Amino acid sequence: MQWETVIGLEVHVQLATRSKIFSGSSTAFGSEPNTQASAVDLGLPGSLPVLNEQAVAMAVQFGLAVHAEIPEVSVFDRKNYFYPDLPKGYQTSQMYHPIVGAGEVEITLDDDVTKRIRIHHAHLEEDAGKSLHEDFQGMTGIDLNRAGTPLLEIVSEPDMRSAKEAAAYLKAIHSIVTYLGISDGNMAEGSMRCDVNVSVRPKGADAFGTRAEIKNVNSFRFVERAIAFEVERQIELIEDGGKVVQETRLFDPERDETRSMRTKEEANDYRYFPCPDLLPVVLDQAYLDHLKTLLPELPADKRARFQNELGLSAYDANVLATSREMAEFFEEAYQVCGDAKQAANWVQGELSGALNRENLAIHQSPVSAQQLGGLIERVVDGTINGKAAKEVFQALWNGQGGSADEVIESKGLKQVTDSGAIEAMIDQVIAESPAQVAQYRDAEPDKRGKMIGYFVGQVMKASRGTANPQQVNGLLKQKLDALL
Amino acid sequence: MHDQTVTQLAAALKSGELSSREITAHYLQRIERLDDKLNSFISVTAERALNAAEAADKARADGHAHALAGIPLALKDIFCTQSVKTSCGSKMLDNFVAPYDATVVEKLEAAHTVSLGKTNMDEFAMGSSNENSHYGPVKNPWDLKAVPGGSSGGSAAAVAAGLVPAALGTDTGGSIRQPAAFCGITGLKPTYGRVSRYGMIAYASSLDQAGPMARSASDCAHLMNVIAGHDVRDSTSAARGVPDYTENLDAPLSGLKIGLPKEYFGDGLDADVERAVREAVRVYESLGATVREVSLPHTHYAIPAYYVIAPAEASSNLSRFDGVRFGHRCEDPKDLIDLYTRTRQEGFGEEVKRRILIGTHTLSEGFFDAYYIKAQKVRRLIRQDFLDAFEDVDVLMGPAAPTTAFNLGAKKDPVSMYLQDIYTIAVNLAGIPGISVPAGFAHGRPVGLQILGTHFAEAQLLNVAHQFQQATDWHRHLPALAEENA
Repeated sequence: MQWETVIGLEVHVQLATRSKIFSGSSTAFGSEPNTQASAVDLGLPGSLPVLNEQAVAMAVQFGLAVHAEIPEVSVFDRKNYFYPDLPKGYQTSQMYHPIVGAGEVEITLDDDVTKRIRIHHAHLEEDAGKSLHEDFQGMTGIDLNRAGTPLLEIVSEPDMRSAKEAAAYLKAIHSIVTYLGISDGNMAEGSMRCDVNVSVRPKGADAFGTRAEIKNVNSFRFVERAIAFEVERQIELIEDGGKVVQETRLFDPERDETRSMRTKEEANDYRYFPCPDLLPVVLDQAYLDHLKTLLPELPADKRARFQNELGLSAYDANVLATSREMAEFFEEAYQVCGDAKQAANWVQGELSGALNRENLAIHQSPVSAQQLGGLIERVVDGTINGKAAKEVFQALWNGQGGSADEVIESKGLKQVTDSGAIEAMIDQVIAESPAQVAQYRDAEPDKRGKMIGYFVGQVMKASRGTANPQQVNGLLKQKLDALL
Repeated sequence: MHDQTVTQLAAALKSGELSSREITAHYLQRIERLDDKLNSFISVTAERALNAAEAADKARADGHAHALAGIPLALKDIFCTQSVKTSCGSKMLDNFVAPYDATVVEKLEAAHTVSLGKTNMDEFAMGSSNENSHYGPVKNPWDLKAVPGGSSGGSAAAVAAGLVPAALGTDTGGSIRQPAAFCGITGLKPTYGRVSRYGMIAYASSLDQAGPMARSASDCAHLMNVIAGHDVRDSTSAARGVPDYTENLDAPLSGLKIGLPKEYFGDGLDADVERAVREAVRVYESLGATVREVSLPHTHYAIPAYYVIAPAEASSNLSRFDGVRFGHRCEDPKDLIDLYTRTRQEGFGEEVKRRILIGTHTLSEGFFDAYYIKAQKVRRLIRQDFLDAFEDVDVLMGPAAPTTAFNLGAKKDPVSMYLQDIYTIAVNLAGIPGISVPAGFAHGRPVGLQILGTHFAEAQLLNVAHQFQQATDWHRHLPALAEENA
């Protein structure tokens, strides 16, 4: 039987507010345990939450970016359950009236096909603390630094049909939240975490199969692997006559498998009810309009503009627009050199390669966008050839020179296009290579094309790489053929 | 001195006739001598109080003192106080010292009032008799066989016995007004949101409200001037200006329109209590007020709605008492579930457990709509009843409780105890203010007249109550115990 995979994602995005969602404690990552936990974060008796306005603004900006409805009123609810790292015995979340309503996100797949994934809603909630099981000899340590960190949980519709689509969706969300600057998107530090709902059904069926929820998948790669494993498990189970049960599973990246955590029967009854300590959040149109004016150009719009106005390929536009920093770097380089295609090639080629080799992010690049643009400009106007350009790039990377022009000047890399000068070098090479000239002359005419490479190499060497290679080629052919 | 009101003591402090140290020492002695009989205090902080009194005297001498500087007060043991235990009447918090002060405590300290200690209460403010305290029941100073009411029973008994001139209580379903009535003092429950809840241990967050308990309406007005106001740390506190509550106390009442809710004078109301209340209403008529009967048609739904909403919130509010970070923790837990189970089994009393169970049940899947959502609809109807009534009248009057103080141990059945709050609970559901003032005696025990106003009408209620106290002297009566010299 042919099977179809159905996937929905719940993405938890840690918002980049300075303080927590309901207290003034810092949200900085990596501090000593429990040094960023106030009376409110500890759930001390008598303490009360006060909503962080910045978290609201960030959630709304996300909603605007995914063209979502923003309801006038949203309400915080309490999700009640006991756990040692959940200080109050409930998580303050939004169950019935989330801050962001239905929206959609466009994803781009490898074959440049785009697809719209609907967002069911997004809601604000507080993160829990962490339970530390090591170093306590059979006991558990509790670190509440993370407790109360604002999260935006983005819940998709079950619109994805493959692991690739799920990963593309997650990348699109990552791209949007980092564009907006509402999250650092750092998955390794848990700034973005993902629960994956997976089910399978016979191809063509209308009804959904029973789904399993895979908790806490924290990288793009793991999302694909967890789904691949889970889909295979479910299909095998059904084909062997079994039934998928609704359950929560955990992905184990070490073993590349998912394991059952709890079934529906064991599931908590969270007893959601409106939090009486917080007022409903009421947003008026003027506030939304104001936030709209603060929105940057978003990935999808940038992609379209790169294609339509700058003439980039769909592939280039997509790669460059995915990261705001890369897109901005590219645009700045393009502004300087005026050639979008060249700028795109350099950013994705030479620059990305060098950054990857040294494991640097684009904002850490030793070559600035201005410098790269200046370099490309000299390639485009013929001042240097491609080979010299790579040398200039390397020099800029190593900090030898403030601009491409400086490097070209100091290293004498300016391309020689003066025919007289090139001819003089050719004459000298021919004079110094009697044996090779003889071979050339005696060769079959169809072999001579290959043999010319030697002379080109010698002339380029004599010019220290600065001679215009096309001119060298043409003139050499003329001169050698004249000797026949 | 102990029969003096805050207003009188403040005048004596201002004139230099008395020092705060003298007043404070006097009340501390009275606590020392009489509280064994009453059990109204959980913690008495004598040394701190004397130090605070000296600081207040100094502030007065320096000439920049608040009107209440040096006045001794007591705090219900539900308000968090830095470096003094805050037990909330529970074994669960018998070892709990908060690392911060409640907003009202901060405000009272900033005004240089002097806290003598923390008063006894029903555990987590759940109760109407003060019999649900881990620290034992409080006795009514008018008759030691009787309860003082609850849950602010310690504050009420201490003020009535002259152990302290005034105290703070909290009122979730009548917990200021009913004990004030039972002990013959004046107690105001302000509008929900008028006084900050920050640092006040939550029972039912949407209903809880702190307020003053004192010998007179004028005293309550002085205290309201200190404690009322918006607090950025409490999102539910009202962001609106605070009037001077003493300013309007002397306004005449001619033309005041009083409504008597017919539902507050029906079955279950003690005939002698009713007689005292109707007599008080006649006093108002003599002061120029007009009286008419009104109806609050949804009154009989108030108790059921309250016992859905309050336990629901409580079940969640009390989840934080899990033995992990503070408070009681059971010995040698064998695993996490054992830690939770035994900690909570040992730390909470019967009534608290009952309400957690009720609340957990009503919030459960399959019951939530039928109970919680329904109760919220009822709550809106009850609120509307009051708003409709205030279209026609200025204030409502009736009894604060259906009977006078009952005997300790008299109400074994929880439902009969819950019915104690029949006239007070709807007020919390509606969020409006209410005050109980002494209005005579029945069966030798005090009767409280309850006066209700619309949202944020505290100044009017205090004026109406004060005028009654100008025309009567019920609030000046002291129990025999207060006069004992032994």
